Amino acid sequence: MNFPILTAVTFLPLAGAVLIMLIQALTAGKDEPGGNENRVLYAGLVFSLATFALSVVMLFAFDANAPAGYQLVEEVDWFAGVKYRMGIDGMSLLLVLLTTLLTPISLIASIGSVNHRLTEYVVAFLVLETFMIGVFCALDLVLFYVFFEAGLIPMFIIIGVWGGQDKVYASFKFFLYTLLGSLFMLAAVVYMYLEAGTSDIIALDTFDFDPGAQTWLWLAFFASFAVKLPMWPVHTWLPDAHVQAPTAGSVLLAGILLKLGGYGFLRFSLPMFPDASAAFQPMVFVISVIAIVYASLVAWRQTDMKKLIAYSSVAHMGFVTLGIFSFTEIGIQGAIFQMISHGLISGALFLIVGVVYDRTHTREISAYGGLVERMPVYAALFMLFTMANVGLPGTSGFVGEILTMAGAFQASTWAAAGAALGVIFSAVYMLTLYRRTVFGPITNPTVAALQDANMKELICIVPLAIGTILLGVMPNLIFDLTQAPSLRILSLINGGAGV
Amino acid sequence: MFESMIATMGPEVLLAGAALLGVLIGATLGDRFNSLSFRFGALALLGAAGLSILYWEGGTAFGGLATTGPFANFAKTVSYFSAAIALLMADGFLKRANTHRYEYSLLVVLASLGIGVTLSANDLMTLYLGIETLSLSSYVLASFHRDSARSAEAGLKYFVLGALASGILLYGISLVYGFSGSTSYAEIGAAAPELGLLFGMVLVIVGLAFKVSAAPMHVWTPDVYEGAPSPVVAFFATAPKMASMAVFALIMFRAFPQAEAVQNWQVIIGIIAAASMLIGAIGALIQTNLKRLLGYSSIANMGYALVALAAGAEHGAAALLLFMTAYVIASLGLFGGVLCMHREGGMVENIDELSGLVRRRPALTLALSVLIISVAGFPLAFGFLGKLFVFEAGLNAGLLPLVILLVISSVIGFGYYLRLILIMWVNEPVEDFEPVDGWVTSTVYLSAFASIGLFIFISPVSELVNRAAGSLLS
Repeated sequence: MNFPILTAVTFLPLAGAVLIMLIQALTAGKDEPGGNENRVLYAGLVFSLATFALSVVMLFAFDANAPAGYQLVEEVDWFAGVKYRMGIDGMSLLLVLLTTLLTPISLIASIGSVNHRLTEYVVAFLVLETFMIGVFCALDLVLFYVFFEAGLIPMFIIIGVWGGQDKVYASFKFFLYTLLGSLFMLAAVVYMYLEAGTSDIIALDTFDFDPGAQTWLWLAFFASFAVKLPMWPVHTWLPDAHVQAPTAGSVLLAGILLKLGGYGFLRFSLPMFPDASAAFQPMVFVISVIAIVYASLVAWRQTDMKKLIAYSSVAHMGFVTLGIFSFTEIGIQGAIFQMISHGLISGALFLIVGVVYDRTHTREISAYGGLVERMPVYAALFMLFTMANVGLPGTSGFVGEILTMAGAFQASTWAAAGAALGVIFSAVYMLTLYRRTVFGPITNPTVAALQDANMKELICIVPLAIGTILLGVMPNLIFDLTQAPSLRILSLINGGAGV
Repeated sequence: MFESMIATMGPEVLLAGAALLGVLIGATLGDRFNSLSFRFGALALLGAAGLSILYWEGGTAFGGLATTGPFANFAKTVSYFSAAIALLMADGFLKRANTHRYEYSLLVVLASLGIGVTLSANDLMTLYLGIETLSLSSYVLASFHRDSARSAEAGLKYFVLGALASGILLYGISLVYGFSGSTSYAEIGAAAPELGLLFGMVLVIVGLAFKVSAAPMHVWTPDVYEGAPSPVVAFFATAPKMASMAVFALIMFRAFPQAEAVQNWQVIIGIIAAASMLIGAIGALIQTNLKRLLGYSSIANMGYALVALAAGAEHGAAALLLFMTAYVIASLGLFGGVLCMHREGGMVENIDELSGLVRRRPALTLALSVLIISVAGFPLAFGFLGKLFVFEAGLNAGLLPLVILLVISSVIGFGYYLRLILIMWVNEPVEDFEPVDGWVTSTVYLSAFASIGLFIFISPVSELVNRAAGSLLS
C-alpha cells in the first residue's frame, strides 16, 4: 500500500497540537512569565508549514490529466458498512491547499497581536485545520459529517476566548445557528444510509433517490449549507462572528469555513439530488440575487470595517450559489474559482483591517483617514485587494464574477442582471471604504503616529497578493484542476454515471 | 439444573452471597470493615460483571421465572461495571464527609442485585421483586447523609414518589394478570388483546417511566440529584438507568409483542420520549447547580433513548443499548468531575465554581470537555454514535416527528453544554479545587479516553449490540 498522504496531511496538524499540549503540560510552571511565550506560536507555525509542504507534495502526487473521479483514495472499515474513506478530486485539492496556506498565514498574523493563552490558541488553530482538511477529503457521508461538525468546536473557542467584547454572544450564535442546520443534515445522512444501504459518496452519486424524498433531503442539506455559506436570510451570524473574532479567526472563517457551504452544494446537493436541485433553482436564484443586492447595500452603510467586509462576503457568496445552480460548466467552474479567489481576497482584507486594528484598537471607519500619508506600502496593498474585491480585470475577483454571471446568464437573464447590479454596488462600498480610510486629511492624532506595515504583516499579505494576481492573469491554473470535477457533476445531474 | 441456574442468575447469586457475607463481616469487625468494604463490594460487582460475560448466552431458571440472554447480559455487564466504579469513587468522598461506613457498599451491592433480578426477570413477579430491591436500597442511599437536611429530604421525596410509582406498577401488573391470566411475559404476550390489558400495560409503562426518570414522571430527578450525596448520584445516573432502560425494552418486546400492542406502546413511549427531551433540554437551560443540571440532562437523554425504544424492532433495541452505554460512560466521568469540585469546607456544586478551570487543571478540563461533548452527542466522542444509532432507528421506523424533536432538543441542549465548556475555558479562574483521590480522577480520564477510543473503534461494540438486539427478538 502506498503512503497514506491524505491521512498524513489531515492529521499532521492534530499530531502537532497534541505534541504542543504535551510539552506545555510537562514544562508547566517552569516558564518565567513573559519572555519566550511566542515559541508556542512558532511551534504551531512549524507544524502548519510542514502540513503546507506535505499538501504541495500531494499536489504533485495528484494527476490532473487523469479521468474524472477521486485519487489517492484510502479506505479502512469503521463500523456497520461506514468506512474511513478519503480521496480528492481537483476541487477538494484546491480547497485543501487553500486551508493549508491560510492556516500558517493566520498563525503568523497572530504573532504579537494575540498575547494571552497562546498554547490553547495554537492548539485550537491546528485542530481546526485538521477538521477542515478532513471535510474536503472525506469520501464517506458520515465521516464528512463528523469533520464538518467537529470544526465548530475549535472555532467556537477561538471566537469565545480571543474575541472582542460580545464574544460570548457571537460564539453562541455562530455555534447554534450552524448546529441546527447540521443536525437536519445528519437526519438526511442517516436516511440516505438506510435507503441506499451505504454512506459511500461515490456510490450515492449514482443512486436514484425517489423524487419526493429528494425534495426533503435537498432541503435538509440546504439548511446546513445555506447557514454555513451563508445565504440570505440566515446570514446574520456572520457579521457578529467576524466582528468579534480575532483577526486570524476571521481569516479562517471567511477563507475556509464559508467555503464548506459551496463545497457541500457541489459535492452533495447537485449530484445526489439532481431533480430537487433543478426544482429549487428559481428559489436559489432569487435568494442569491437578494443576497448580492441586499448585502451590498447593507455593506455600504456599515461604520465598522470588519462588518463591511463580512457583508461583502455574503454578497460574494451569492455569486457562488448563482454559479453552482446555473448547472452550466462555466458557472460551476466559476463558482469554484470564486470560492478560491474569495478565500484569498477576504482573508487578505481581514488581515489588512487587522494591521490597523492592532495599532489603533478601533475598527470604526470614521477613526481613520489619510492612512496613505503614513503607510504608503499598506495603502498600495489595500488598493490591490479593494480592486480585487470589486472585480477588477487582472485580479482573481474578476474571473470568478464574470464566469458565474455568464453561467447564470445562460440559465436566467434576470438573475444575471441582478447580480450585475451587485458588482456595481461592490465598487460603491469598497471604494467608499478605501476613500474614507486611506485618503483625505488626517483627523485622528493616533493615525498621524502610525508606522507602515512591518515585515511580519507583509509576509502574511504579500503571498495572498501574489496569488490574487497570478490567478487573475492565469486562471487556467485553477481550471485545469476543476474542469474534470465540474464535468462530472454535470454528467451526474443529467443522469449519467459521472464519467 | 444447578448449571442452568448459574448460567441465568449466577451474577445475582454472587451478589446476594457477597451482601450477606458483608453483613456478617461487618457485624464481626465493626468499623474496621469500613475501608475494606468498598474494595470488597467493587470486587463482588466486578465478579458479577465477569460472570455475566462468562455466561453470555444465558439460560432459564426457577421454572421460567428468570431468563437471560445476550441482551440482558450486555445491560448487566455495563450496569455492574459502572456500579463498581461509582462505588470506588464514593470511597474518598465518604471519608471526607465522615460517613465512611460499610453499609454504603453493601447497599450498592444490594441495589445492584435488584438490577440483576429485574434484568433476569421473565415474569412480572420477578420483575417487581427486583425493582423493590433496587428501590429500597436506593431510598436509603439517597438519604445516606442522615445529618444533612438536603440528603434526608432527597431520600424522603424519592421514597414517597417511588412508593407511588411502585403502587401504580403493581396495579398495572394486577390488571395485566387479571386480563391475561398469567404473570409470565411469554403468556402475556400470547394472550388475546383486550382493553383491560391495554390499561395494565399503560400503568406498567408509567411505573417504569418513573424508574428511568422520563417525563412526566421525572419530577423527582432534579431534587434527588441535588440533595443526595454526589457518589450516590453517580450511581443513580448510571447503573439503574442502564438497567431500567433495558428492562423497559425487555418487557415491551417480550410481554407485548403483538402488532396491535406494539402500535399502542410505540405511541405512548413516543409521547413520553418527546416530553422528556423537551422538558429535560429546556429545564436544564436555567440551572446553576451542576447536579441539577445533570439531572435535567439525564431526563433529556432518557428521552433520546426512549426514541430508540419507540422505534421498536432490532434497530431500536441495538440503538438503545449503544446509546445507553455511551451515556453511562460519559456520566461516570462527569460525576467524577462533580466529585472533584471539592474545596476547603466541603463540596461546591454551582457551575460558576468551574470558572477558568483550564488554567488550573488543563488535563482535567480537557477530559471533562470531551465528556460533555460526548453526552451532548457531538462528533469525535462515543455519544455521537449513540445519537446516530438513535437517529437511524427512529428514521427506519418512520418516526419523523420524533426525530425532528430530537434535533430541536439537541440544539437547545447545546445551549447549556456549551455554557459549561465556555465557563471552564473562558471565564476568569477562581480558587483551585483541593486534590481528590486517585479513583475519581482516573475515572474522569479513563471515561474520557474510552469516549474517544470507542468512537474510533466502534465496530466491535456495534456488532455486539446488534447481536444482543437480535437475540432479544428471535
